[in-house]
Amino acid sequence: MRYLPLTDTDRGDMLAKIGADNIDDLFVDVPEVARLDGPIRGLPMHASEMAVERHMKRLAGKNTVAGDVPFFLGAGAYRHHVPASVDTVIQRGEFLTAYTPYQPEIAQGTLQMLFEFQTQVANLYGCAVANASLYDGSTACWEAVAMATRVTKKNRAVLSGALHPHYSEVVKTMAQFTGDVIADAQPAIQAEPDMAGLTARIDEETACVVVQYPDILGRISDLSELADAAHEKGALLVAVNTEPVALGAIKSPGEMGADIVVGEGQSIGVGLQFGGPYLGLFAVRNPKHVRQMPGRLCGETVDAEGKRGFVLTLSTREQHIRREKATSNICTNSGLCALAFSVHMTLLGEKGLRELAAENHRLACLVADRLAQVPGVSLLNNAFFNEFTIMLDGKPARDVVRDLADRGVLGGVSLGRLYPGDERLQQALLVAVTETTTEDDIETLATQLEAIIKEDAQ
Amino acid sequence: MNAPNKSGWKPHMEVADSNGESVTTTGNRALMLEESLLFEIGHAETTGVDLPEVDPKASTRLGGLERDGAIGLVGLTEPETVRHYTRLSRQNYGIDLGFFPLGSCTMKHNPRLNEKMARLPGFADVHPLQPVSTIQGALEVVNELAHWLIDLTGMNSVAMSPKAGAHGELCGILCIRAALEARGDAREVVLVPESAHGTNPATAAFANYRVENIPATPAGRVDLEALKARLGPDVAAVMITNPNTCGLFEPDFREISDAVHAAGGFVYCDGANFNAIVGKVRPGDLGVDAMHINLHKTFSTPHGGGGPGSGPVVLSEALAPFMPLPYTARTADGVVHLIEEEQADDFAREHFGGELSSFGRMTAFHGQMGMFTRALTYMLSHGADGLKQVAEDAVLNANYILRSLEDVLHAPFADSGPCMHEALFGDKDFGNGLSTLDLAKGMIDEGFHPMTVYFPLVVHGAMLVEPTETESKSSIDQFITAFRSLAERAIAGDESLKHAPYYAPRRRLDETAAARKPKLTWVPSEE
Repeated sequence: MRYLPLTDTDRGDMLAKIGADNIDDLFVDVPEVARLDGPIRGLPMHASEMAVERHMKRLAGKNTVAGDVPFFLGAGAYRHHVPASVDTVIQRGEFLTAYTPYQPEIAQGTLQMLFEFQTQVANLYGCAVANASLYDGSTACWEAVAMATRVTKKNRAVLSGALHPHYSEVVKTMAQFTGDVIADAQPAIQAEPDMAGLTARIDEETACVVVQYPDILGRISDLSELADAAHEKGALLVAVNTEPVALGAIKSPGEMGADIVVGEGQSIGVGLQFGGPYLGLFAVRNPKHVRQMPGRLCGETVDAEGKRGFVLTLSTREQHIRREKATSNICTNSGLCALAFSVHMTLLGEKGLRELAAENHRLACLVADRLAQVPGVSLLNNAFFNEFTIMLDGKPARDVVRDLADRGVLGGVSLGRLYPGDERLQQALLVAVTETTTEDDIETLATQLEAIIKEDAQ
Repeated sequence: MNAPNKSGWKPHMEVADSNGESVTTTGNRALMLEESLLFEIGHAETTGVDLPEVDPKASTRLGGLERDGAIGLVGLTEPETVRHYTRLSRQNYGIDLGFFPLGSCTMKHNPRLNEKMARLPGFADVHPLQPVSTIQGALEVVNELAHWLIDLTGMNSVAMSPKAGAHGELCGILCIRAALEARGDAREVVLVPESAHGTNPATAAFANYRVENIPATPAGRVDLEALKARLGPDVAAVMITNPNTCGLFEPDFREISDAVHAAGGFVYCDGANFNAIVGKVRPGDLGVDAMHINLHKTFSTPHGGGGPGSGPVVLSEALAPFMPLPYTARTADGVVHLIEEEQADDFAREHFGGELSSFGRMTAFHGQMGMFTRALTYMLSHGADGLKQVAEDAVLNANYILRSLEDVLHAPFADSGPCMHEALFGDKDFGNGLSTLDLAKGMIDEGFHPMTVYFPLVVHGAMLVEPTETESKSSIDQFITAFRSLAERAIAGDESLKHAPYYAPRRRLDETAAARKPKLTWVPSEE
């Protein structure tokens, strides 16, 4: 077998050294009832690279590749162009096959990269400190709620109705077990988010209010007043961002007063990958909150000769030290995805990120205007970045998405898929546009959409 | 002008000659290259991608929220970027470079075919919310992997969405809580051995359980009689790692499971060490109710410097109805369904003859697809026969190390029979105040990654050595020679070990200073 270096001679010599007659002597502690007399039945035997590759390619071939068709899906996962050198860097064995940097003298590569990553994320979010990443945006969102309850010593979280429904599901699921109280709502289908309504839901018992920016319908609104209202009641503002590219164009949540900013980093460097692995970003505006943060933190220090170096720090918050009193049970972060994010962000730089954001927005405006010309289609949003909601007159968006797919167009995400059972949302379609969108893609979507709506009207 | 090398070297420092080497102008030493921070070499106006310039006159629909001030990012061109990260990478130790016997972490070779398959556009460039008709292949991967995991563990079903081992633990414990609550049986306590991974008590505490310790026998196993005596109507579950963190198989596991079940509780098995028994023993045969599987340990997906992981949880029939959404299932017509919130009740009624009482959702989307493709590739490569050999070689290598060093190093459980996939030693014979940390740092100078140190907590100065099955005998022999020599020096009280490592990119780092006044981001200096 190509991954197993021991030869039969080696095995014999080693058993002799151990003083065992055969390999099963080493498994004597396994109780009789659990011993097997050979390889587990019903599974195939070993296979060559070629055979495995053939099998996997057959499976891959059954999927429609986003890059092969006009593609407009978003809702928390975005298709951006990733420069070739990102993958080259993350495939270096010294990064790919390293472990969590527990021995800092021989892990300075990972550690310095994490320190740079933390700085990039903190600055992007307008915050003081970011951690070394969490699993993904949705779990980061829950961790933010949990942190807010620790900081404020209150246990009621108010969720905006326009928070990604998977994120609110994760928060509600976790809260069932911690005893935290989660107040959520359905999104109101209107051009502007209902910030007044959200503000009115904050009371003295509120630990935090959670708002997405841009929100699930792609709308953008100033968070400053919401932050003030939260602070007045002793609550924290948690801002959730699922499209980091947006922050190259619009104000950061930190500069508008958000206390904890979390989000999904997938857009930068990571790729779609059918939903995972992704990259949870987590930052706080007030450095005093650092000791309540979840997850790994990398900090600067010096070595015995006075040279600058980096270590994992403040680990007394973590499970391997604090056990049942830890701030979180998290052990793994999303290290390699953090590296991909950091490399891509380094290639972009401030100039590139601003240009990328501007290009996304420019194309999104084009698509919005083109689709609004299709009879039976109207644009919901006043403001948006690269994703917006259109309303389909009298037609369930799910059916339209399916019909579009049959015509070779991946046309967006129907809100009905995200909010099953809510009648008001069934006619809404989320459309995302990135720098990868071409003019042909736009024309194809508009034409096919028009054809489907017409067909249906007949 | 910048100092020659900002990353550590300063003109007044004469520090590079502690081994009689001469000081260089740059702070570099041939292939050992220093690297400045990105923020010290990059610029806000530099970029490594070609995009259209921003048109300042372009109209926008950003709601008047344009970001005006500087963001604080810097960029590098592509050649500078590649060099920056290549230089950083060379300050890292990885499995590709050498032996990495980090106990409990399973640093086995990461086959490159896995990487190649995960990058097929049909897997890498697919959106999680595409219409189901356009993602049949992706769902088949999930389902095929699920089928392997169920067969290899002898369990009933598997929850695929947990993002990592600790997330999987949480999933399993939440299934247990949901199952207990469904039968109106509120219980308060989860029993965890002292030797457990820190994630176990942290997970149980998160799920609002009180954590109590299970005592161990002098032979390093769970004390069955003491456990039986503690079981009662307040115990929701026991969380046991098997093989345990001392590297030993729990011979009484079946009796433990039977006793826990008889007392109305559930058995959670921490599957972090499943690699020792994969293809050889099915946890389902031992009475396990829930077990997470770290795909990045047993099934060779890369650790990536700390993730991403993936932690599917196999479940017994009693817990299956409570598993989190979404899940996949294949029906008799061969179609693979993706079951999300909307379809859950109908699907369960139609195909499982009842309502599904899922406890909820643990993550957006469907789990770590990129890890699923890698793990499935690995399983197909090894097959049932190869995986059995994997477990056997991992256990053989660990026992070989144990028996090659027990004469010189304190091996607390050497007399209680063979170990499984890892060999455990302690520092009790070291002289002159030397400890495990000193030996570990000496190991760095010898060109090996140190073993896991100070874990498990039950052994003084624990050194947990896990060779895995992907090391050759000559590599292991070389490690044994180095380890023996270091052990002899430590026992003899060789003071020089207290200052190791000497040859790494950095000497010992001041972790106390880092924690006292945390500096967690780069800020521009005043000058």
